[in-house]
Amino acid sequence: MYWEVARRAFRRYATYRGATVGRIFTGSVFGFIRAYVMVAVYRSRVDIGGFDVVDAVTFAFVSQGLLAAIEAFDTDEIAQRIRTGDIVTDLYRPLDFQRYWLSQDLGRATYHVLARGIPPVLAGALVFHLRVSSSPTVLVAFVLSVVLAVVVNFGMRFIVNLMAFWLVDIRGLLQMFTLSEMFFAGLIVPITFFPHWLETLARFLPFAGVLQLPVEIFLGKHVGIELVATLATQVAWAIALLAAGRALVAAATRKVVVQGG
Amino acid sequence: MAELAAIYVRLVGARIRGDLQYRTSFVLFITSQFLVAFLDFLAIAIIFSHVPRLAGWSLAEVMFLYGATNVSFNLADVFISPVETLPGRVRMGTFDALLTRPLGPLFQLATEEFALRRVGKLIQGVVILVLAITRLHVEWTAARVGLTAVMLIAGAVIFSAIWIATAALNIFTVETTQFGNAFTYGGNFLSQYPIDVYGVWLRRVFAYLLPIAFVNYFPALYILGRESSLGVLALRFASPFVALATALVAAAIWRFAIRHYRSTGS
Repeated sequence: MYWEVARRAFRRYATYRGATVGRIFTGSVFGFIRAYVMVAVYRSRVDIGGFDVVDAVTFAFVSQGLLAAIEAFDTDEIAQRIRTGDIVTDLYRPLDFQRYWLSQDLGRATYHVLARGIPPVLAGALVFHLRVSSSPTVLVAFVLSVVLAVVVNFGMRFIVNLMAFWLVDIRGLLQMFTLSEMFFAGLIVPITFFPHWLETLARFLPFAGVLQLPVEIFLGKHVGIELVATLATQVAWAIALLAAGRALVAAATRKVVVQGG
Repeated sequence: MAELAAIYVRLVGARIRGDLQYRTSFVLFITSQFLVAFLDFLAIAIIFSHVPRLAGWSLAEVMFLYGATNVSFNLADVFISPVETLPGRVRMGTFDALLTRPLGPLFQLATEEFALRRVGKLIQGVVILVLAITRLHVEWTAARVGLTAVMLIAGAVIFSAIWIATAALNIFTVETTQFGNAFTYGGNFLSQYPIDVYGVWLRRVFAYLLPIAFVNYFPALYILGRESSLGVLALRFASPFVALATALVAAAIWRFAIRHYRSTGS
């Protein structure tokens, strides 16, 4: 059943071909801008926080590609349904509310990674030398890490969306959340560039599991037990956030005030 | 003209009152805009904690570029970016309603979707620009002050023109809104750094063809007294002319698109 929800979500997004091409173009442009800035930074440095120039350029493109998976810019669908009152039909359904939306998001993310995430990285590879590991362990761990990143991201956005039960209009909150997420996930600069205390803080937050950790795994920065620990961090955040989301759904449905119900 | 201004104030005033209905969200939005600004800018400061100069530009100089492009971009964002909603309206068929009213569709889009909350990012740009100016060791002659003002206005015109032109082209290909983002938001992002850092093709398409380099880079060369291997000397003063030309092209594209618009009929 949930598999079917995910499959439909995949197909729903797959129908917008023009939008996909546009996003690939935009993603590539941003990837190139970030990569060129990194090249300029490394003109006078060899190593910053354990990243050399190839790492940093690869980071720019892969994190840009992953942005497609976490769909950072327009995910207030649940909040809008709360605002319009359509949420009632969702709560009626004989499906688990949270699992239903998670399946949707996984279906969407699968499509977006394949269609929008990979092309900008390939475009980058045409111009720059990128670091791509040939180790199957690294690649399998990376795929796993990306799935976990999608779940962690969903867990947080689900909670932010539920705030609509109390705030009604969550655009402000959503924007604040998105920007903190992008910064602490390492999108603007990798968190390895942060001053030590800020990097430590960033690694304590769930945001790191959304971009920084998967890309570090992709770059082969974590091996052996450390690799397991990195994935475990993501798993822990995924569980904690999903549990918090569930608790919030329970609290919200108890005091639900449906707009125009 | 005075009548149009009065209508503009009245319509925008109504939108502002509407926005203020959800006060918590509004306050959070404005606050978040400041945070954005801060975090976004912090990233540049972090880069400069590792290197003293980026492609030969100091932190204060990059702050000047950053502040300037953000002021221009967000002026355009506040007043013109609502045209972004055009493709969505074409798809839903609600654009037709605009065409039946006795005001230009551009005017109606700009007022109907006006959002005061966008002002937060504009203020942020101003703050960074002022901070940059206090840190720069530049002798503020009349020419430099004048060119700074011209640069900000010309930049806003260039971004507005790009917004209008891409929205107009989206009338024909409703699904391609995302291409426009590469040029508007991408152009803003690109011009936050000196264009010396970019590869040749990126520079040619975005900096010269679009022409994002005239938003801040070329005027900044004169204002900051910098040498550059890019472009001839005269280009440093060309921004207002380039802005005018860009606006004329955008206006032509807009008029062409409106004239050839066909309703979806649904």
